[in-house]
Amino acid sequence: MSNHRQDTLELTTDVLVIGGGLAGTWAASAARRTGASVILVDKGYCGTSGVTATAGPGHWWVPPDPAQLRENTIRNRLKTGFGLNDPEWMNRVLALTWESLPTLAEFYNFSNDENGVTQYRALRGPEYMRALRKLVDSLGVTVLDHSPALELLQHSDGSVSGACGIRRQKGGDWQVNAGAVVLATGGTSFLSRLLGSHTNTGDGYLMAAEAGAEFSGMEFTSYYTVAPNHSTMTRSMSYAFATYYDEDGVVIPMPPGPDTMRPLARALLKGRVFCDLHRTPEDIRAKVPVISPNFMLPFRRWGIDPYKDRFEITLHGEGTIRGIGGLRVVGWDCRTSVPGLFAAGDAATRELVAGAISGGGNINSAWAVSSGQWAGQGAARYARKHEAAGGGRPIGQAGLRPGSATRHVDLTAALAAVQREVLPYDKNIFRSGDRLEQSGTVLEDIWTEFHSHAAGNFQTVLRTRETAAMLTTARWCVASALARDESRGMHQRDDRPQTSARFNRRILVGGLQKVWTRTDPAPKPELAS
Amino acid sequence: MIELVLEERCSGCNACVEICPTNVLEIGSDSSPFIARQNECQTCFMCELYCVEDAIYVGPYCDRPDPVDRESILASGLLGELRRYHGWDEWAADPRYSNEHWQMEKVFLRARDMAICTAP
Repeated sequence: MSNHRQDTLELTTDVLVIGGGLAGTWAASAARRTGASVILVDKGYCGTSGVTATAGPGHWWVPPDPAQLRENTIRNRLKTGFGLNDPEWMNRVLALTWESLPTLAEFYNFSNDENGVTQYRALRGPEYMRALRKLVDSLGVTVLDHSPALELLQHSDGSVSGACGIRRQKGGDWQVNAGAVVLATGGTSFLSRLLGSHTNTGDGYLMAAEAGAEFSGMEFTSYYTVAPNHSTMTRSMSYAFATYYDEDGVVIPMPPGPDTMRPLARALLKGRVFCDLHRTPEDIRAKVPVISPNFMLPFRRWGIDPYKDRFEITLHGEGTIRGIGGLRVVGWDCRTSVPGLFAAGDAATRELVAGAISGGGNINSAWAVSSGQWAGQGAARYARKHEAAGGGRPIGQAGLRPGSATRHVDLTAALAAVQREVLPYDKNIFRSGDRLEQSGTVLEDIWTEFHSHAAGNFQTVLRTRETAAMLTTARWCVASALARDESRGMHQRDDRPQTSARFNRRILVGGLQKVWTRTDPAPKPELAS
Repeated sequence: MIELVLEERCSGCNACVEICPTNVLEIGSDSSPFIARQNECQTCFMCELYCVEDAIYVGPYCDRPDPVDRESILASGLLGELRRYHGWDEWAADPRYSNEHWQMEKVFLRARDMAICTAP
């Protein structure tokens, strides 16, 4: 960070929202609609940052009438979520999502189907985020683009009172003193090359942990999405018609349905895997560019016809993006356990709704829409009682204020080492206790070095903090996967293949200097108001 | 990764500099954008979508630079195809490029039905 005090843009607001993706924009709009003043800071550009902008999110979308529809949906999801999700949260998410999307009609041109019925459920990512940017602008939210947050501010009573960061295009620093803060910084894919995810480096997790926040569901971080090799293009719709082949051209048998991840990972551990989409019906081929306009881009640029030619594929890790874990939410307004700090979208755990399997696009998007609004309103309510005031102390540690003497730490090597523990299929999809123990040891060693010595300057501080965030997120994932000494949902342990009633609870994790885990004492979040 | 900003097409609006989520581009001394940090590019194609002059080309490789010949890219028909398929700007009224994203769920259902029909 720059040390020039005159280079600091200092602002005061009721609510500060960190992150301008799907959850952050919904949070900012909801907070603003209560009358609160709102500042939204985005690492990149609010409108293109985050994983929604490159995707095409459907939403969990069930009509309110007849009432049995939602009841059945919730009952089914409770079964597939292996008991870790909560019917009341699911009901709230279904209700608020249903009410919210039609309110975007001023900014998003919803399509009508052949019967003239307006289709609200699925939105194209770039248009969706462009609409949400217009919405927050129209409501009078102050947006600071290219202004990554580096650390939170905290009062001596433990409450969070703002944040500070850098202005990477305009130069200098920013500091926002706020009555309350919403973290909508997304999940992290550990820079796996998942489409659109390279702004999502877990920064909010690190900042929140420094304030004392805790996490839940971090063991459910083993979801992967298929893409052409050397490409980011993880748009998955067309792979519903995929045929996969091994290196000898022999078809790899796949179970019917969408769950191809584990058999593909098994095949990829044996050798290269190829794919074609020849089973795609002709009428769908013609529609793909106007359904998912980016899907064909890599193929067209390589001169590959995916409907005829075989192309090599890979699986990109989703980490906590299509994984489940994130900040523990302890109230209906998405408050965290730290006063004044709220969490929304992929920054928060989605266990409450998804349970132990991936929420996929539908549930995660609905969660972002709903949790964003609850967090925004909750933060505005909190700020009415706790007016923004200066005097908060910046609390960043790793990469900002090293524990001992500053010395050079190789960021590229540190990231590669983290990725080696959390991305390989044989460590993260097919888990075992001894491999997790080894990963834990490796990550602790890197953390000790990093925490003690790493410190960025204006040019390197963001990447330094991002690396620290991914590193410590990996520690929590590994610790949680060890603590869940069973298999459940997406968390599959080769050495513990059974699901055990002993683990019918959520697992909490946290700690920076020393990572801890414990069983969530409450089957439901505390109903604090 | 982003490979080209074609100055003969670029109007110097610098929208790409503003909207790039990973801050790859900068405004040069001639007030036009240039690729300042190619290695930060996340191959998300947003710059192409927001370039109304179709002056940007992003290559398909996400993990290595892949220099291209500008003449063949200009002749390829690839420039601007993303913006066209999105029906943005001058394509907004063209019925060929209306937003049919809402059909995604139906595509998944078709795939499921086909799988059921072909199941052994």
